[in-house]
Amino acid sequence: MKKVFLSAIVLFVTVVVFAQSEKFTAAMKKNLTALDTSFKNPADLLIVANNFERVATAEKNQWLPYYYAALCQVNYGFLEQNKEKIDGYADKATTLISKADSLSPNNSEISCVKSMIASCHMMVDPMQRWQEYGQESSSNMEAAMQQDPANPRPYFLKGQGLKYTPDQFGGGCTTAKPQLQIALEKFATFKPSSEISPNWGKERVEMLIKECK
Amino acid sequence: MKGLLLSILFFSILNVNGQISITGHISNNRNKFLYGVSITLKNTYDGATTDSLGNYSFTTTEKGDQILEVTITGYNLATQKIVIGSASLVQNIILKEQITELKAVIISAGAFEASDKNKGAVLNSLDIVTTPSANGDVTSAFKSLPGTQQVGESEGLFVRGGTATESKIYMDGNLVNNFFYSSTPGIATRGRFNPFLFKGTVFSTGGYSALYGQALSSALILESTDLPEKTEADLSVSVVGIGGGIQHLAKNKKSSWGISYNYTNLWLAFNVIKQKQDYFRVPLAQQTDANFRIKRKNGGFLKYYGYVSGNKVGFRNPDIDSVALKNAFVLQNLNTYQNINWKDRIGNGWKINTGISFSTNRDDITNELQNDENNKVSISNPAFYSFKNFSLQNVARYAQARMVLEKKIKGLSVVRLGGDYFYSNEKTTYILFDGTKYAEKVTDNLVAGFAETDIYLTNNLAAKLGTRLEHSAIINKWNIAPRISLAYKLAEKSQASFAYGIFYQNPERKLLPGVAGIDYSKATHYIFQYTMQTKDHTLRTELFYKKYDNLYKTVPNFTGKEIAANNNGYGNAKGIEFFWRDKKTIKNVDYWISYSYLDTKRDFLNYPFAIQPSFAATHTVAFVFKRFVLPWKTGFNFSYNFATGRPYYNFTYDNTQSKYIIGDQGKTINYNNVSFSINYLPNLGKKDATVFAVWVLGINNVLGQNQVYSYNYNNDGSRKEAVTPPAKRFIFIGCFLSFGIDRTQDAINNNL
Repeated sequence: MKKVFLSAIVLFVTVVVFAQSEKFTAAMKKNLTALDTSFKNPADLLIVANNFERVATAEKNQWLPYYYAALCQVNYGFLEQNKEKIDGYADKATTLISKADSLSPNNSEISCVKSMIASCHMMVDPMQRWQEYGQESSSNMEAAMQQDPANPRPYFLKGQGLKYTPDQFGGGCTTAKPQLQIALEKFATFKPSSEISPNWGKERVEMLIKECK
Repeated sequence: MKGLLLSILFFSILNVNGQISITGHISNNRNKFLYGVSITLKNTYDGATTDSLGNYSFTTTEKGDQILEVTITGYNLATQKIVIGSASLVQNIILKEQITELKAVIISAGAFEASDKNKGAVLNSLDIVTTPSANGDVTSAFKSLPGTQQVGESEGLFVRGGTATESKIYMDGNLVNNFFYSSTPGIATRGRFNPFLFKGTVFSTGGYSALYGQALSSALILESTDLPEKTEADLSVSVVGIGGGIQHLAKNKKSSWGISYNYTNLWLAFNVIKQKQDYFRVPLAQQTDANFRIKRKNGGFLKYYGYVSGNKVGFRNPDIDSVALKNAFVLQNLNTYQNINWKDRIGNGWKINTGISFSTNRDDITNELQNDENNKVSISNPAFYSFKNFSLQNVARYAQARMVLEKKIKGLSVVRLGGDYFYSNEKTTYILFDGTKYAEKVTDNLVAGFAETDIYLTNNLAAKLGTRLEHSAIINKWNIAPRISLAYKLAEKSQASFAYGIFYQNPERKLLPGVAGIDYSKATHYIFQYTMQTKDHTLRTELFYKKYDNLYKTVPNFTGKEIAANNNGYGNAKGIEFFWRDKKTIKNVDYWISYSYLDTKRDFLNYPFAIQPSFAATHTVAFVFKRFVLPWKTGFNFSYNFATGRPYYNFTYDNTQSKYIIGDQGKTINYNNVSFSINYLPNLGKKDATVFAVWVLGINNVLGQNQVYSYNYNNDGSRKEAVTPPAKRFIFIGCFLSFGIDRTQDAINNNL
């Protein structure tokens, strides 16, 4: 009886722990699906951001929900039309990504989001801010390339940035396309380490290359 | 055991079926529904985000005592204890707005601030160098803002009916005593400092903080830059000289050092552009500076800046009292300035900002009466001629120590406490035509203590209350100067402010040593301001009244020099000013317009009674227009300054009444100045360029309009002569090169 009791306890604990991580993965997957569709309706990005943040604060030691919450916030910042509100979203993203960073230091994906946050700040007033944020953005982009050479996303960000830079400043399709091609090659071989790990950007790269034809 | 397993099973079933819904709406304390608010059941995944009507709804399987957390940027976190039973819950929550720097009203009456933090950037270093009328001179650029006069015959900022000596300039909190090159008769000298030394500027035209004193009219507060972005060398070649420097950034990006050297020689420029004066010593200056900056943990900084410069100039002007004679003036100057500043957090929410500065200045001036062959002549009849041959030596030493402690009390509210100590030692030796020496020394020890608090009552209402206490050894009395500013936010983009303050100042050096028993001169400011500000537009209007009391009246001492005799002078200034800047309406164009109306009268120095001073114009307008044409990589800048004519006077001493009277007076013609400059950046956006070049062409007074600043009178007042600029136009051509990686490309390439 004692044995049965003990194994029941073990079973119970295992079930609970398993259920817990099952619950985490399930919640993450659900939110990732929502993230995928949110680009159709940008207002949903905030909802998804809050969902990820909720998971992050409940879990406390998982970097992924913080990472995704930050990604949603910064993307929302890019879409915000009112320039005076952009800094608020970028700051929120910074708070979230710093937590992800402390849980998973030197992470290439996290560096990508940091680079995006700096670009987002810069977008508010490029003339005044490029000195500070331009450098921050490119140094994080370079860090991301070094931290994981297989990661296609820093090349995607670089290519995307060049695509939207005026020709006079050395941007445009001619300089953007080689970077986007590198990104595309890396996407072909890139394997996310789990089903909830970052794996976004490929469609966007294909679209940008198509636009450059 | 079965019971236990069963109960686990039962519990799980209950969980699955026992979903409780929680709904409600979230609003702020002004009854506005909030969108995008996150509602979370603490430590669970359950929650929702409000829609555009502030509604939320979610279901949960949690039971019992729980905490609902409500968060959104800009509001204080709200928590609500709830008990989840079997019925659905409705929770409506009201959030309280956070007092944040972004949203809060800015205490701004009287001040034009430009810094990274303040979105209301008015003039930054780039603005200074691209304002054509300023010719790259820091303070000249501020003459395109309201409240300032277009005075061209002497340097400095003449603000709201005040003299240039009523405006003080600070660098990282420390007073800069000789901000300008030493005065030469009838020609405004430039500031000594490069505009790119500063990352932020606060130009206060009145009602400024208790942290600053000894300026009746205005304070220009300059904050030096932090670390450079990268290691870089630069070189400049222009019609006025050459210069070079290096800024080295440490690998860990925690510290930097830099040195630079500039050689100025106006030989070429003066040969091409004919000057009114006959230069026998073409202006020649050498200047070198050094700096280091160390970034501390928590964003603190230790900064040093040191500067040494020497210059020499000599020119002849026709003597106003005779047809054939000339006055030959020679000035030689040596100036040093050292400033060390430490800014840091020192724990318990306290911040420290402390610094010391030392400076020395030496002027050797001679004036000679010369004949046609440029030989010295001595004439002793009439007697006043003999005084035209003299030499003057000024040797000055200054030191300052300053400390400000700041503590955040609640939200944005802060208290600041601190003190200043100023030491000055100025020796003057005046040698008359016959070799008679008059030496005098003026030493002052000035101590000041101040306390100030910024109180944010709400996001919409803030007050700055301060007091400054000063004691100067020269006056040997304490003064107490209260300062008050209030700011009220009327709408999201607009606010109204009020400022009141009392300001004291010692007599300027040239009036010292004065008659014993003189007191501080005093100004009282009242300022009302309305500002509407968005990221791309600024509209500002100010109404002010300034009352002057105890201004210095002068009497000639035995050498004929005017010295401070009593405090019977007085005056006032009132006016209205408008400022409009628009960076958006016209694509790629940034323009601003300033208008100032000034009504002022004062009785001071040797004025016979209260009159409009000769440095004050009634109407002043400045218009600056800048456009960058990207495909041409070229910026075009245009400025127009206008001022109505200023009065001029000849005061003569009436022996029968034993006082000064107005012998003659008049009004100058209106002042017009159209200036233009072009900046060409050929390497902009060029891949792999190792040199980044900026070509500059600037023309001051393009149309060559007549400009008359004032009139000089001869000894008996029978003849007057216009004081005009040394040349109709000035043309500047220069090339500035920086070596290093061109960050412009990096930044723009990667991120736009």
